[in-house]
Amino acid sequence: MNFVPATVAVPDAAELVVIAGERAVCDARGVLYFPEMDMLAVSDLHLEKGSSLARRGALVPPYDTIATLARLQEALDLYRPRIVVSLGDSFHDGEGATRLHPAFRERLEAMMAGRNWFWIAGNHDPDAPADLPGDTVRELAIGALLFRHEPSRIPVEGEIAGHLHPCARIVQRGRSVRRRCFASDGTRMVMPAFGAYTGSLNVLDRAYAGLFRRESLMAYMMGRDRVFAIAGSMLRPG
Amino acid sequence: MTAKPEPLHETAVARLPEPFLKWFAGKGWAPRAHQLELLSRAHAGQSTLLIAPTGAGKTLAGFLPSLTELAVRPKRKPGQAHRGIHTLYISPLKALAVDIERNLGKPVAEIGLAVAIETRTGDTPPHKRQRQKLVPPDILLTTPEQLALLIASGDAKRFFEDLRYVIFDELHSLVTSKRGHLLALGLARLRAIVPGLQTIGLSATVAEPDELRRWLVSQNPPGNMAGLVTVAGGAKPDISILESEERVPWAGHSARYAIPEIYEEIRRHRTTLLFVNTRSQAEMLFQELWRANEDALPIALHHGSLDVGQRRRVEKAMADNALRAIVATSTLDLGIDWGDVDLVIHVGAPKGASRLAQRIGRANHRMDEPSKAILIPANRFEVLECRAALDANYLGAQDTPPLLAGALDVLAQHVLGTACAGPFEAQALYEEVRAAAPYAALSRTSFDQVVDFVATGGYALRNYERYARIRRTKEGLWRVTHPRIAQQYRLNVGTIVEMPELNVRYVRSSRGLAGHGGRVLGKVEEYFAETLRPGDNFLFAGKILRFEGIRENECVVSAGTSANIIVPSYAGGKFPLSTYLADQVRAMLADPDRWSTLPEQVSDWLRLQKEKSMLPKRGDLLVETFPRGDRHYMVCYPFEGRLAHQTLGMLLTRRLERAEARPLGFVATDYSLAIWALDDMGALFRAKKPSLAELFDEDMLGDDLEAWLNDSWMLKRTFRNCAVISGLIEKRFPGQEKTGRQVTVSADLIYDVLRSHEPDHILLQATRADAGAGLLDVGRLGDMLSRVRGRIVHKPLERISPLAVPVMLEIGRESVNGGANESLLMEAAELAGEAMGQA
Repeated sequence: MNFVPATVAVPDAAELVVIAGERAVCDARGVLYFPEMDMLAVSDLHLEKGSSLARRGALVPPYDTIATLARLQEALDLYRPRIVVSLGDSFHDGEGATRLHPAFRERLEAMMAGRNWFWIAGNHDPDAPADLPGDTVRELAIGALLFRHEPSRIPVEGEIAGHLHPCARIVQRGRSVRRRCFASDGTRMVMPAFGAYTGSLNVLDRAYAGLFRRESLMAYMMGRDRVFAIAGSMLRPG
Repeated sequence: MTAKPEPLHETAVARLPEPFLKWFAGKGWAPRAHQLELLSRAHAGQSTLLIAPTGAGKTLAGFLPSLTELAVRPKRKPGQAHRGIHTLYISPLKALAVDIERNLGKPVAEIGLAVAIETRTGDTPPHKRQRQKLVPPDILLTTPEQLALLIASGDAKRFFEDLRYVIFDELHSLVTSKRGHLLALGLARLRAIVPGLQTIGLSATVAEPDELRRWLVSQNPPGNMAGLVTVAGGAKPDISILESEERVPWAGHSARYAIPEIYEEIRRHRTTLLFVNTRSQAEMLFQELWRANEDALPIALHHGSLDVGQRRRVEKAMADNALRAIVATSTLDLGIDWGDVDLVIHVGAPKGASRLAQRIGRANHRMDEPSKAILIPANRFEVLECRAALDANYLGAQDTPPLLAGALDVLAQHVLGTACAGPFEAQALYEEVRAAAPYAALSRTSFDQVVDFVATGGYALRNYERYARIRRTKEGLWRVTHPRIAQQYRLNVGTIVEMPELNVRYVRSSRGLAGHGGRVLGKVEEYFAETLRPGDNFLFAGKILRFEGIRENECVVSAGTSANIIVPSYAGGKFPLSTYLADQVRAMLADPDRWSTLPEQVSDWLRLQKEKSMLPKRGDLLVETFPRGDRHYMVCYPFEGRLAHQTLGMLLTRRLERAEARPLGFVATDYSLAIWALDDMGALFRAKKPSLAELFDEDMLGDDLEAWLNDSWMLKRTFRNCAVISGLIEKRFPGQEKTGRQVTVSADLIYDVLRSHEPDHILLQATRADAGAGLLDVGRLGDMLSRVRGRIVHKPLERISPLAVPVMLEIGRESVNGGANESLLMEAAELAGEAMGQA
């Protein structure tokens, strides 16, 4: 945890971190806010995952999109960012945006209004979301930071990525607790998946091999009302 | 099947074809009265329930109507089409079907009947299944899940059109679960295919035979009942409680104290069956017996978590009389004929009496000789329970859980299965379903909601019309929209949803987690494996194992050492105490005059409790609080049975969480409930924050129950089961096994989303109904709370009391999710801070 004298007001639910010298607020809602740039990052919304599963016969409740948007709205109301970056896999599949219920589309457009909104292309949604405003880009460099969907396999100072859906697990007093988390070693970060139907993958899984300096890995685990900063040495696989 | 000669019932005997009479005569036997009675009723066209104790020749009675018909049926001429199944036999266990094949095959061969008898279970190879479809056997022995698969196939009509009889074995155990619901619906389907179908139910003695009689026949008209044939109980079993020379422990479940005496009994008998209530008890007892086994007697272990190959080997050895003793859990519970057992030892309290009666029936499969059984109470509470049961002359009686209304998730599965077999008309299917006893009261609205759910998910937001799984044709018939739907359905049939489990893979210790290959010993529940640290030792499959780690979906282990063993507390195998028995125990505890019939050490235990804490008066509720380790405990003794205690535990922890006592978990036994927390609950009660009266106020059954229901991990687990059974989420995809983790996560997420957006959805209704019936026992809890109002006694203690010990030993399985998890995260975060020198 690299504490910085707090000139930034950090909400109760959040934890201030520094990535490649840039200050960021890890929020328990699963968003990352950069006060200097007045920018909010969110990753792996997987909107319309429900209808995507329904297409294949699993008729799961069609309310995941609205649940995800409602939580995003909360974060936007709190931070009121000028810039929003959605770090890829914003829709669960390429046609997700076309399946958006008109009411949900309206809601999303209202949230985007008056903001610079960047859709970063993900593996689930490589193309621009149909008929929605915002700029679709492969990656986005702002200041010392580089936003992209999939983290690169080589060390990249200042990279903010998603894709892996990190979670972390601790065992304390014989009890196992598993939560979604922000994973960072101070040079880069992998953000948790935000979508209501997104699963997660333990940050100690081999899919993360080589991403972080193990000795300075921190998992910022999402609690009910706040973020808990847990050192890599405390984490358990599985 | 042996019997002393009985007066012959001339007319009935005359119904027996010649070869049968010869066969009986050749054996020196006579057909029994109930066998003939069943036969004549069957020939008169009646469906019948046969209630008989073990060893009464139930199986032969059940098959006689079929065999006698088949014996005189004209042979199929060459070139004629193959006939469909004549008789379907359904048993709750695969092993039972296999066993019956063996036992029935013998008389059939001896009588000289040309009857094809085959099994069809999950283990039947595909080529054999295929062949069975083309050339159906005369008698098919199978399980409820296989029946569901058969009726969901397109050729079900042809396969079953010649069906005459359906025999349900161990009907009393089949009907009490969702499996029974699915089976009842399957039976209704068969009746629709073959209206003249007759059923034969075989059952142990039950409290309410009429429920089973209704179950066997169409409930159109309502209240219709099958005939009843009852065989009086055999010789009264010879049951005793072990009078041990050794000290009976205050607590625990191992009965280790009695090992030398148990071993001595094994030596004195031909074959001993040792039953325990949980798998961990089985592991422990097996381990201890082998430690005592100086003569190297063949003693084996059998429970549901073991690798199936190993289980089959044990079963075979048992049937061959190659074993002297077998330690088993409920997997061996039902009426399987296991060679020459002459003693049943039951370790632990008898719990439900029907269970014990079954187990005792195992000994000496001849109903005219008394069965011999010894009860080994593992701790002193169990001594009380055993004594109360024997005193009340209770053990001959039977108690089966009351039959529940048919579950809607099961109905959803059946509706999709019906559509897979062919298009259906809603009104006709509704009537067919209502003819099944569990669904007799089903409303048309619920039925339509279920059909809507199967079609498009049944959501208020009608978003999925274009993805419908079934769709109504112009002619008004519901039809599957894509062949893939039927394929998925077949992979998800059944009502048994497993806890997420990991294979236990045994590697060489030097290799650790890197070790590959190695044998799979069986499965453990994932939550158990997750709490282990590398290097921990635990007992499994009769071995001491060292936990190396979790690798993908495997729990990797190596040879362990006996130092510091953790016994796995597997799910399953815990049975609630019946209301009656619990009441008896409470009475005995409250009445010191009755203690004289107890072993001295047990009455001493009660006196010690009186001295160290206190004993509750009859009608009072004792609540003790004490610290232990880094936690604070509260133990109360309502004696209302485990289900009611579990509900109480959920509601109390909720209140305690609100009082900021930071409860971590609770565990319920039949006698008591323990809650542990990070904060001192005794201090809270003394400060009246809250008072005990407030804590135990009946209003918890109102808003708190409702609120709890909406936010409970148990409800999530229940929802997951309903979601899988109803086909909302899949057990597995074709060619791709989903791990338990993926199912768990997505079911939880779906639950959260559905609850906040459509709380009245049919699947949530089904979930609440399930939880209310299975997990809550709200009625009994309500009675208790009103009984103890103003009669709650708080006893703050420095340490655990004698009476508290048994429940404290149960700790490890149940847990509360919520605020306490946040506290654990906080602790970890603080530790992390300290470790990095920044705290």
